[in-house]
Amino acid sequence: MRTRFRALITFLILAWPATAAAQGYAGLGSTAEGFALPERGTALQFPRDHSPHPDFRIEWWYLTANLKDEDGDPMGIQWTLFRSALRPGDTEGWASPQIWMGHAAVTTATRHTSAERLARGGTGAAGVTPAPFSARIGDWHMTSPDTALQNLFLEASGDHFSYSLQLAAQTPLILQGDRGYSVKYRDGQASYYYSQPGYRATGTVTLDGKETSVTGKAWLDREWSSQPLSPDQTGWDWFSLRFDTGEKLMGFVLRGPREGFTSGSLIASDGSTTPLPPGSFTALPQAYSPSGDVPVAWQVQVPDHGIDVTVRALNPDAWMQHSFTYWEGPVTVHGNRTGSGYLEMTGYR
Amino acid sequence: MRRAALLALLSHWRRRPLQFLLLVTGLALATALWTAVQALNSEARSAYARASAQTRPLELPQITAEAGYIPIEAYARLAREGWRLSPVIEGRWRSPAGTVQLLGIDPLTHPPLAAAAERQEGQDRLPGLLSERGLLVAPPGLAAALSSAPMGPEIAVSAELPPGTVLTDIATADRLLNRNGALSRLVVLPGQPDTLPALRRIWPGLALNAAGSSTGPEALTASFHLNLTAFGLLSFAVGLFIVHGTVSLAAEQRRGLFRTLRAMGLPQRSLSALLLGELLVMALAGGGTGILLGYLTAQVLLPGVSATLAGLFSAPAGNSLSLRADWILAGLGMALGGTLLAGSQALWQVWRLPVLAAPGALAWARASAGSARRLAAAGLAAALAGAAALLPGGLAGGFAFLGGLLLGTALCLPLALHLATRLAARRAHSPLAQWFWADLRAQLPGLSLALMALLLSLATSIGVSTMAGSFRLTFTAWLDQRLAADLYITARNDAQAQEIRLWLEQRGAAVLPIRSTESPFRGAPLEIYGVADHQNYRENWPVLTAAQDAWDRVAAGQGVLISEQFARRHSLTTGKMLSPLPETSYRIEGIYSDYGNPKGQIILGITELDRLFPALPATRVAVYASAATPQPLDGALREAFSLPGSAMIRQSGLKERALAVFDRTFLITRALSLLTLAVAGFAILTSLLGQWDRRLPQLAPLWALGVSRGKLARLDLLRSLALTSLTSLLALPLGLALAWVLLKVINPEAFGWSLPMHMFPKGWMQLFILAHLAAALAAAIPAIRLFRLPASHLLGVFAHEN
Repeated sequence: MRTRFRALITFLILAWPATAAAQGYAGLGSTAEGFALPERGTALQFPRDHSPHPDFRIEWWYLTANLKDEDGDPMGIQWTLFRSALRPGDTEGWASPQIWMGHAAVTTATRHTSAERLARGGTGAAGVTPAPFSARIGDWHMTSPDTALQNLFLEASGDHFSYSLQLAAQTPLILQGDRGYSVKYRDGQASYYYSQPGYRATGTVTLDGKETSVTGKAWLDREWSSQPLSPDQTGWDWFSLRFDTGEKLMGFVLRGPREGFTSGSLIASDGSTTPLPPGSFTALPQAYSPSGDVPVAWQVQVPDHGIDVTVRALNPDAWMQHSFTYWEGPVTVHGNRTGSGYLEMTGYR
Repeated sequence: MRRAALLALLSHWRRRPLQFLLLVTGLALATALWTAVQALNSEARSAYARASAQTRPLELPQITAEAGYIPIEAYARLAREGWRLSPVIEGRWRSPAGTVQLLGIDPLTHPPLAAAAERQEGQDRLPGLLSERGLLVAPPGLAAALSSAPMGPEIAVSAELPPGTVLTDIATADRLLNRNGALSRLVVLPGQPDTLPALRRIWPGLALNAAGSSTGPEALTASFHLNLTAFGLLSFAVGLFIVHGTVSLAAEQRRGLFRTLRAMGLPQRSLSALLLGELLVMALAGGGTGILLGYLTAQVLLPGVSATLAGLFSAPAGNSLSLRADWILAGLGMALGGTLLAGSQALWQVWRLPVLAAPGALAWARASAGSARRLAAAGLAAALAGAAALLPGGLAGGFAFLGGLLLGTALCLPLALHLATRLAARRAHSPLAQWFWADLRAQLPGLSLALMALLLSLATSIGVSTMAGSFRLTFTAWLDQRLAADLYITARNDAQAQEIRLWLEQRGAAVLPIRSTESPFRGAPLEIYGVADHQNYRENWPVLTAAQDAWDRVAAGQGVLISEQFARRHSLTTGKMLSPLPETSYRIEGIYSDYGNPKGQIILGITELDRLFPALPATRVAVYASAATPQPLDGALREAFSLPGSAMIRQSGLKERALAVFDRTFLITRALSLLTLAVAGFAILTSLLGQWDRRLPQLAPLWALGVSRGKLARLDLLRSLALTSLTSLLALPLGLALAWVLLKVINPEAFGWSLPMHMFPKGWMQLFILAHLAAALAAAIPAIRLFRLPASHLLGVFAHEN
């Protein structure tokens, strides 16, 4: 029965692009169900756009961090709040069509543990408020004393872990794609997408009852849309890499029956961003996990910018098995650049 | 040797097949009634368990609010403090198919429920449940009734739901029940964080209820099942009298045989073992037959029981009886245990039998006046012990008192009869009359057990029928008060209700709104009614106690009237303060009777109710006609507003329905009490037949002196009737005492209402006539045998005399 519920939630949160795109009218401003659609040229405004966009079908506040513990061993944490709308708009009380889902995880080379929280909108049990910024579900929260997300305070816990992190931004916000309009397919599916890739992180992580202080770097992604995927796309591989040179690379492959659609952006150490046109970012699987179902080593290349690196999972078993199943974990980077980052893979299980 | 002894012992039954039949039948009857009751209880319990499993994750703790709903803010606060919860909104919903239990869950977080997770025609339920229109999942019959009505949410069918329950999303339930987000309870999900702030520190007034604690049907119907069980036990005890009589008789009759077997060298141990084995085999045979009979009886009674449970408690109950190991084994165990208990005296006597005891020294003689006194002393002790059990109170105490009273009086019966017959003998003048009474007294010991059974069943019948009759009288009078309006109307919507009101008022009728809602109070449902300030209420409402100006204060929104059972349950009295909902406080202005309602109920002024629940539908009204109102009113209304017939209920129809539910409730009790009487009649027959052999030597001299066989037979019949009359006389006060305990002790404990006691002499007469008929019928068989007896047999008595 549990499995069936998983399947149902998958329908809600992930499988919807199939119906959405089939019923949607790209470029006409709204889907058949009345959801808003991203439009090229719309200027993002802050702090307004840190808040939810209930007229869009789906949205997330996605934070990952590459940390080192007291012994210098690498560790990754994930803190994610998803919003999924059954219908456009919002209202107070149980009639709210907004559904919130939180995912949190701690990953080391030998251990991966995660938790999920679900809550209905309109009740105060979960949601995002702009001033002062607060995103929460249950007792998990990401709060900021300011409205610009300069400093963040992050907490989450599960059966085997808990963490508490302070984040301070070292770089400005990055608008992905065309000034925040990120194309997801050649048919025109798109999302609004911005990031804060330059947080310095400090705090404590307790894993299996053992507390350790940690330091490292964190990356926040904000994205919302109503139909970012095409029906024939089966999943994606998404990379956020931080090179020791100070450059950062965000790139994704949307897999489909035809050749995958790739896109991304290269962020210089001064924060200036270069969008990568479709095809200029490539990622090829090099090795698979022991179970054989998911690549755990990739060759990532951006020939135009001379980048050729091998991206390897810190822990091949970083599966997030909750309402829907995906792979999310820290990676190490070797090749003509070195560094660390996060990898997300969906559609393999 | 053993084989030969066994054959010799069994030959007794071959020569007396009727006695054997009596023993097995007595045992079967005793087991049958007990088993029937247990099978009914077991079926109902399993229906509750099924219902609970289908709608409530009982293995998880729940949070409820002590004083009503859980505000949505409290839920949010708890969630933010780390509590992992699944919210539930549930309540009685007036659906187009009648009032149903609406269960609104959050399917995303609620522990899996089959009815929510099923697929229908390849479709998942979740999108439908979460859709704006909503989805109602209902059991098959109800789903059909719901879908025939034009209404918002879609309907889905699930066999995984108990009857009368509709499952839906929490948002839909919130909308349909007008809850404004307030929650009924919170399911505490597994995997809570180790350190959680205490509930009361986060939100005062919330209570954490351990897993399994429930205010489901089990809690409401416990008293009903206890009643049934008590009855089953009584029937069983009466049945055991038969077994005891037959076993003792067989032991007496075989005393010579035992002596012979012992004299021939059969060890005492072997003899006892053989007798024990014989008894156990009979217990199995009788018990097995009894279980079969019980199953058939239960099948006959089940529809009535189900209807009662559904009508009175809204409890789910199936209409098919399944064989369950629990009641089959319990029935067999009771049969075996009961037989051993009933036969223990006989076995003990065999064990102590001196080898050379004189065969003629019959044990019947032991039950002299002296032993009757000892029995009476034991009876008095039993009655006192019962009375002591009453002191701590409670339902079990009430039943213990009843048990002590019944057993105690039954044990006093032999002495009472002994004294009565002595008194009668003194007044007898003719020799035959003197012989009659002397003979009757001599027969008493052999008959006393059967007469005790008769006493018990008669007293129970009187007690139960007096209780049921008193209740019915009170209930009927109460219905007249409570249902004072001429017509009750349910309009299609609030606007139509308003039109109807204007239309009726123009025609001289008084129209009063009826609005109600339901809210949990200390974990149990509480009905909240709003009444208009109107003379009809002041004059007719069945108020038991009330403060001065009670209705004024209720109308002003300062006071509240509460039902008797609600007052009893929470020890509330007039003048105390009550907060039925958060942030409310009212003075209790009075207590009124609300028979037949397992839920607590309170009455507020209607403006106060509207203030608390502004969105309640205002579609129901009560109409008080005047001379100017067109007649028949419902016909005129139907024409003017094209109201369907189901939207209007005449007062008489409503009363009929209420009384039908009431009568059904006591149908089972009456059936059981009549069956018990039949068992007692059967016990008399057993005893009389048992005495048959020993009667001849006593009757032969009279015959020889010139009393005809016909007259002797008539005298025998008369003897049986005289004993029945004496027993009936004693049964009457005992039955009335029983009724008093039922009305004043058991009813307040079990249901929460006390009732005035009424007398029904006509009913008693009917019962006595029935008892005498049964006794006459039981005596008729031996009397006819006596009448037809060839003279040679009577003469033979003298020939055999040594």
